[in-house]
Amino acid sequence: MDLKHAGPGPAPEPVVALAGNPNTGKSTIFNGLTGLKQHTGNWPGKTVTQTKGRYRHRNRTINLVDLPGTYSLLAGSPEEQVARDFICFGAPSVTIVVVDAGCLERHLNLVLQVMEITPKTILCVNLIDEAEKRNIRIDYKKLQSLLGIPVVPTAAREKKGLDNLKNTVDDLVAGKIKPFPRLPVYEEPLEQALQALGKSLQRFYGGHLNPRWLALRLLDGDPALRAQLKEALRENPKAGIPGTEQEELIAAFLQEAAAYRRKLGPGLRDRVVRSLYWRAEEIVAAVVRKPPGKVADWNDRIDNIVTSRLYSYPIILLLLGFIFWLTIAGANYPSELLARLLFGLEGKLAAAGQSLGVPAWLDGLLVKGVYRSLAWVVSVMLPPMAIFFPLFTFLEDLGFLPRVAFNLDKFFKKAGAHGKQSLTMCMGFGCNAVGVTACRIIDSARERLIAILTNNFVPCNGRFPTLFIMASFFSVVLLGRKNSLLASSLVLLVILAGVGATLLCSLLLSKTILRGIPSTFTLELPGYRWPKVGTLLIRSILDRTLFVLGRAVTIAAPAGGLVWLLANIQSGDGSLLTQMAGWLQGFGNLLGMDGYIILAFILGLPANEIVLPILVMGYLSGSYLLEPESVEAFHALFLANGWTWLTALNVMLFSLLHFPCGTTLLTIRKETLSWKWTFLSVLLPTAAGITLCFLITQVARFFRLV
Amino acid sequence: MELTALPIGKSAIIAGLKAKGLMRRRLLDLGLVPATTIEAVRRSPAGDPVAYRVRGTVIALRAEESRLITVRP
Repeated sequence: MDLKHAGPGPAPEPVVALAGNPNTGKSTIFNGLTGLKQHTGNWPGKTVTQTKGRYRHRNRTINLVDLPGTYSLLAGSPEEQVARDFICFGAPSVTIVVVDAGCLERHLNLVLQVMEITPKTILCVNLIDEAEKRNIRIDYKKLQSLLGIPVVPTAAREKKGLDNLKNTVDDLVAGKIKPFPRLPVYEEPLEQALQALGKSLQRFYGGHLNPRWLALRLLDGDPALRAQLKEALRENPKAGIPGTEQEELIAAFLQEAAAYRRKLGPGLRDRVVRSLYWRAEEIVAAVVRKPPGKVADWNDRIDNIVTSRLYSYPIILLLLGFIFWLTIAGANYPSELLARLLFGLEGKLAAAGQSLGVPAWLDGLLVKGVYRSLAWVVSVMLPPMAIFFPLFTFLEDLGFLPRVAFNLDKFFKKAGAHGKQSLTMCMGFGCNAVGVTACRIIDSARERLIAILTNNFVPCNGRFPTLFIMASFFSVVLLGRKNSLLASSLVLLVILAGVGATLLCSLLLSKTILRGIPSTFTLELPGYRWPKVGTLLIRSILDRTLFVLGRAVTIAAPAGGLVWLLANIQSGDGSLLTQMAGWLQGFGNLLGMDGYIILAFILGLPANEIVLPILVMGYLSGSYLLEPESVEAFHALFLANGWTWLTALNVMLFSLLHFPCGTTLLTIRKETLSWKWTFLSVLLPTAAGITLCFLITQVARFFRLV
Repeated sequence: MELTALPIGKSAIIAGLKAKGLMRRRLLDLGLVPATTIEAVRRSPAGDPVAYRVRGTVIALRAEESRLITVRP
């Protein structure tokens, strides 16, 4: 990540950085300021890369950069490096640090660190509505005078204080406010060293970095940062100093710094951090008034149940099961309605084409190929997603997911993985590419790689429609009618199988290729927050449902055309599609499926969403007797092609366990910077899927269950 | 004593950290510096990790980490 050049550069528009601990509502502030729809969840580490946006205020365009949430700028995790590098080297005009009014003490640590880098810092005390509910009172005027930087209280979810924040940014950019940050004072020997080094620096350093901060980080910083700082010294000579002289001064300065480092002795970092927290304690003692005594709030009461031995795991299972049941049961009717509407239009489109004299092949390509797969993707995917995403977003915003990580961590530890992997898996339910990117919240290389390679074992949204339709078909074959309870239980079972496969593969990876010591584990359990239903609906529908649907549609349209061509170009005995399916027939049969199914999975590489449409088109390529306008019509189509419950089960399992989609593969390559790991991410699930389907099929056939 | 020995619902004062490297830096940044009050809040249903309240936030630590933190009553 080259952030040195992401700064303002020659652009006249000021750049404002947004920093803060994870889960402080930083992204809500970002959305509130820019109006950009960036999804925010109530669990730490959501913003894994920096998001950019802009807004106009008082005739000035401000570029806003949302930095990854970090507890500090000192520990050296990838997110912290991104945030620190941007604040130091990107030289933003203003840095806003967002903190949680409810735990000011912990968050002031970061504020003090940012203030040491740049005086143009604004402290944004967010979530004041929640703090007020807990009777926490903060004296903002006093806080401002103790810190020496502007302080703006906000309740971003209620859109309170955002105008004030914009005004303050503008005042700072325009120079109407001159901040005089009161920096933390360290132990006497360190302060002496900082003063001496600062003086030496001024002789030759002409860059924008604060000399005191530069000296401090040369004394206590990690080696990577020290190397960066040395480079910064060389690249920013003071005007009028010849190169050779500058070199000498730098060498002398570094020697001086090394001497101080030896003199100050080991454990300097501890003392520095301790001083920061002492200062934070002092400030909080002066400005925050909390109700006396311990308040057993409803947050604790909920957690007592959610993390109890008796209820914790049933709650996770029931909640996820309920979401899947509601999705299956609720999507049925709107799906049918949409399908009837869209496929009704198909006839009219075809008729219109004929009356305009469009040649039959073009009509077929556009209507039966492109349009039909579009209609299919929309009618099948839209209703379940419009139910699933708001429900899942609700759990996310509520703060339930970190509890899942807390309850499940022991199992992940046993598998050599990190409990946060359960969070990246949850992201995978939405989209595996998003899940893979989210693995950055895991700061040990080994556990992160495990999480990346196994993320695909969680069925993403693109695979849910397939799972739902297969599960309902399964119930029809087994019971003679559709049974939502059986179907949703089956979906839940397949998801659990995916979780099992994740743990098993994690264990396998950690014991073989990725052997090593587990990393540090820390997991924050933020307070529950009741989501705002209005914004939740808008965000989950716009940002997730329509985003994923849009991507599916853009891929489904050309893919539908291609498959129609394959189905209609005759060569020899039949269409290309039939021939290709014929080659795969034997292999498919071994796995309890058929050639068309395997072909659909292969042609569905661009996106899992189009596997079923391709399959339907393949089955229909011989005849156009059947128009898939309802779930029942699918069932009839599958039955006509010789499906049994075993076929449906195998399709579900293979959908769960096969190569990641194209987007996810490219993301894995980007995140690991290695084709080797990318290849492994294909091999691992595909081998597992083939083995499992083969075994189940052979056993079922041996006992004559089909 | 080690932090792992702190019973749920009880508070103690952090005496020192035995952790090294990245883990030490991470714990310090979360505010687990000596002389800080720490309270064991709840245990995961699986027995580990344990959630601790430090400086107004709740942070879960595995036994591997909390063993490296010494506390005094």
